[in-house]
Amino acid sequence: MGFLTLFSKPAPTLLKLPSGSFTVDREGAVIVGTLPSSFPDNLVHEIANQVLAAFRDATEAQLPLSELVIHYASLKITAKELRGGAMIFLAPKHTGSHSHQS
Amino acid sequence: MATRHKILLLDDDPKLLDTYQQILASLPSQPEIHTAGSGPRAMAMLESDQFRLLVCDLKMPKMDGLQVLSIVRRKHPQLRTVALTSVHDEQYRSRAYALGVDLFWHKPTNEQEIKMFLECIESLLGRERDSGFRGVQSKSLVDIIQLECISQSSSMLRITNGSLMGKIWIQDGEIIDSEADEFKGEPAFQRILSWKAGSFETFPADPSRPRTINKSYNGLLLETAQALDEKAGAAAEAGDAATAASPALAQLSQVEGIEFVLAMKPGEQNNHVARGLENPERMAVWARANLQRFRDLGDRLHAGPVAEIQGLGPQRHVSLTSHADTEFCLGWKHSMSSEQVREMTKKVLILWAS
Repeated sequence: MGFLTLFSKPAPTLLKLPSGSFTVDREGAVIVGTLPSSFPDNLVHEIANQVLAAFRDATEAQLPLSELVIHYASLKITAKELRGGAMIFLAPKHTGSHSHQS
Repeated sequence: MATRHKILLLDDDPKLLDTYQQILASLPSQPEIHTAGSGPRAMAMLESDQFRLLVCDLKMPKMDGLQVLSIVRRKHPQLRTVALTSVHDEQYRSRAYALGVDLFWHKPTNEQEIKMFLECIESLLGRERDSGFRGVQSKSLVDIIQLECISQSSSMLRITNGSLMGKIWIQDGEIIDSEADEFKGEPAFQRILSWKAGSFETFPADPSRPRTINKSYNGLLLETAQALDEKAGAAAEAGDAATAASPALAQLSQVEGIEFVLAMKPGEQNNHVARGLENPERMAVWARANLQRFRDLGDRLHAGPVAEIQGLGPQRHVSLTSHADTEFCLGWKHSMSSEQVREMTKKVLILWAS
């Protein structure tokens, strides 16, 4: 029990990668979403802005895109172009079982 | 006298730092324990001193542990890292391992767990000392293999180079078999040796492994080295890096479904080569901007490095990825699915690396 007390502490929460989707208009305003409210709004907007900018830049580079898929080591972002806006899906990746005894 | 390893402990709670310091001081190898109370402080200490191991708490204000580990893996790839947390959530374990940490450990809550924790830490320090592979950047793979063979070792070397992996089996100081992607035996060995960088791990020997390579290790290394020298010489004669890469690009452009290949050197705006593109400059600007854009976003989300970016369009698909010191923008037929693009992009990277 002593150790339980010893190693516990009130600490800030870690950013948890969310699972869900949201839709943004061409200005980047969120129209509807299923992301947990614990996920910071500023990051939702950051994702939306970067995705919209990527779609816009692609069009300017004469490479029109209807879908973007960004594979991170621990997150997959799928964005579908929607008349200037976008529908964006976030799916955390789980790397399977790692044993801490290994 | 043997050099004592240095361990850096990072936690925002000074009491926990004291406790860990005492616990780790009991390690048999008697490492030097240093502490930092914040991410920025730890980063500064890592810059100014040579540490072997970083033990990092995950929950911290301002700069959390995942953020610290993400930066550390990039700036100090030779540093062993341990994520220590009281958070019982599989997502953090996955993310920590995705960032490349060596060990993810829940904060010990009893003596038995502390004992196991200490054994793992000692093993991490010991593995470093015993194997000597990690961070030995001045040694080539040839050097490593020669050391294994001269010492008459029996082992299996696993070599990873980005997403590529190869294996070399050594029995009593002779190379008996090799494997890399779809290649086996000598071709696989040559392919692995053509990789310019990577990491090594040694595993126990497999005496039952059938022998497919019958040349002496010296002969095999000599032949492979000659072939690689000839290849490098031809590239040097061809002039700059862009010209040297052209034959490789020609090979990549034969991959099924591919429409164009653009290879770029990171940070060198005009250093790129392309096949199948009318305006490679414009595409290079777009590709570089998007790789950077989504890397930055990944840092903010603590989602780990970008493995690949796919753009699917009505005219063609593109994939952006990188390998070692090269970034790629690849064009694909629009009839391909996202999974096919992903699969073929990996194939391109394998071809490039070899």
